[in-house]
Amino acid sequence: MSGVDFQPTGEQRDLRAGVRDLLAGRYGREALRASVEAGVAVDRRLWRELGGAGFFALRLPEADGGVGLGLPEAVLVFEEAGRALLPGPLVATFLAAGVVPGAAAGTAVVTAFDLDGPLVAHLAEADAVLGAPALPEGEPVRSVDPLTPLHRVARPGRAGPYRDEGALLTAALQLGSALRTLELAVAHARRREQFGQPIGAFQAVKHLCAGMLVRAEVARTAVYAAALTGDGAEIAAAKLLADEAAVQGARDCLQVYGGMGFTWEADVHLHLKRAWVRAEQWRTAAQAEELLAADLLGADG
Amino acid sequence: MDLTYTDEEQEFRARLREWLAKELPALPPRPSPDDWPGRRAYDAGWQRRLYEAGYAGLHWPLDAGGRGATPTQHLIFLEETERAGAPYVGANFVGLLHAGPTIAAEGTAAQRARWLPPVLRGDEMWCQGFSEPDAGSDLASLRTRAVRDGDDYVVSGSKIWTSHAEVADWCELLVRTDPGAPKHRGITWLAMPMDAPGITVRPLRTLAGSAEFAEVFLDEVRVPVENRVGAENDGWRVTMVTLSFERGTAFVGEVVACRRTLALLARAAKENGRWDDPVLRRTLGRLHGELGALWRLTQWNVSESQRSGGVPGTGGSVFKLAYSHARQELYDAAAQVLGAGSLALDEEWVLDRLSSLSYTIAAGTSQIQRNIVAERVLGLPKGR
Repeated sequence: MSGVDFQPTGEQRDLRAGVRDLLAGRYGREALRASVEAGVAVDRRLWRELGGAGFFALRLPEADGGVGLGLPEAVLVFEEAGRALLPGPLVATFLAAGVVPGAAAGTAVVTAFDLDGPLVAHLAEADAVLGAPALPEGEPVRSVDPLTPLHRVARPGRAGPYRDEGALLTAALQLGSALRTLELAVAHARRREQFGQPIGAFQAVKHLCAGMLVRAEVARTAVYAAALTGDGAEIAAAKLLADEAAVQGARDCLQVYGGMGFTWEADVHLHLKRAWVRAEQWRTAAQAEELLAADLLGADG
Repeated sequence: MDLTYTDEEQEFRARLREWLAKELPALPPRPSPDDWPGRRAYDAGWQRRLYEAGYAGLHWPLDAGGRGATPTQHLIFLEETERAGAPYVGANFVGLLHAGPTIAAEGTAAQRARWLPPVLRGDEMWCQGFSEPDAGSDLASLRTRAVRDGDDYVVSGSKIWTSHAEVADWCELLVRTDPGAPKHRGITWLAMPMDAPGITVRPLRTLAGSAEFAEVFLDEVRVPVENRVGAENDGWRVTMVTLSFERGTAFVGEVVACRRTLALLARAAKENGRWDDPVLRRTLGRLHGELGALWRLTQWNVSESQRSGGVPGTGGSVFKLAYSHARQELYDAAAQVLGAGSLALDEEWVLDRLSSLSYTIAAGTSQIQRNIVAERVLGLPKGR
């Protein structure tokens, strides 16, 4: 076919579907809730299984034991991880493949200094911090997200050269979460009846859902385009828009759920809390907007 | 997933750029907004140049007199003409983007031969008679009546928001032919000659101060039955073809224009010192990200329609919702850059700011678009 074909190819769709099936079987809702109740984010066995399936080695050349695929495939895979709310330092371990021994195979868990300030995620569960010579000492901090344990360290390092790719893959996680909360909201709005009809028949509810879709679809094209171009400003835009789609999507889903949305039992709060964490990782909204402003002024002289 | 253009597309772009560079300096000066005959002549002249260079009806099918270009080539055409500052479709809008594609899709061979070539050449202009004073978002409740009398329909009623009515040769008209049928099933699509007796055009002034559209009163206007496109009472389906075109690629050039405006705004803010305000700077940065993503969404929708054989999908509604909102934010940001200067009508962007207020209303309000998206994409139940 002639012409720009921005849509995923058949192979890319198959890859995405394969990861979705793998995660649905291995980390479905019961597993998610079990890890929440146990308070354990990283399951080493699952981590090795992900490594065995090529999750972390996706971009390594085949000659080095990797899968030999690119960033576009990586964002499709991370989108599914975000949809499943798969916990752990997925992005840092992915970026560490080929750099930190064991990261590619999933035998090592690698975190990163991806938060501004003294907080580090998953420190106690990690074997290494990306770009740091040794694991720093840290004091545990009670985390808003039950599956993102936090530690406070005295002298945090910097995300450095990994910032762009880290932001892009995190944006892909946010995209998956945004698409999932949209599905949850729509399913609830079709099922739940009040005043003798499904609440999804009311425009007030319908328009909330339509807004969620618009934000998610705009974020999707931004994420996919940034994965294709690798452009720093496009990555910043993708992170900014995907953060919003995920955070506001979870908020709107919570609203559609009504009282149930405020309970521990519903999964909505897990999406919202993780989306808040990711919004602080690699590139915040303020940083993304400043970067975009500089790019805007730079363009056309 | 791929965003690279083929060699053929690069060559198409290069040839178009070359042609635009040669042609644009030779254009006459633009007429004033109130000079309707002048505007018509100007728009017709531009369309004629496009026709002679082989760019008219680029994306129309070959058997409709078009060039059978791919959606990507059409996208490149819209991008490059806007980037070069070429004239807008203007008075050719309805002919090229609504009525023409409808006739191409639904008309007989004789109807295509009669109406399509003059549209492509810029010889005939069309306007749209859809909305009525009591039929806006609920378009299917329209009441303009058409009664069969021999070989004619006799049409009475009134239409509103009709752009270019003063200078149009034809009107794509929706009329009620069966008042007893359910509202979507009693509508017929007619091509009405605008010089027929019984038509009165009353210009309407917009809040921007200019007469951009009109009210059209129809008093027993005779329209030949042979001017009917599609079957009697099948006009709603015929119209939906048109409206999906309206929501497909109609805004491509405008996204490019918005991005150009934003770059100018940033420079103006830098010059007047307001760039140092981090709130404004971040607002402009966010808009840069949003408009960039909307350009990518356009490419996404185009490659989707390319896969589905040229039929624009519901992606158009998603795009319009995001775009109309972003465009209004753009001009609100312009007002922040101008400060009190935004109160002066002769400042750049102030008239555009006023015009942008229509974007969340025209071609389907944002509320109607959200209903469409929620019901057709997400599968939520229709309200009662």
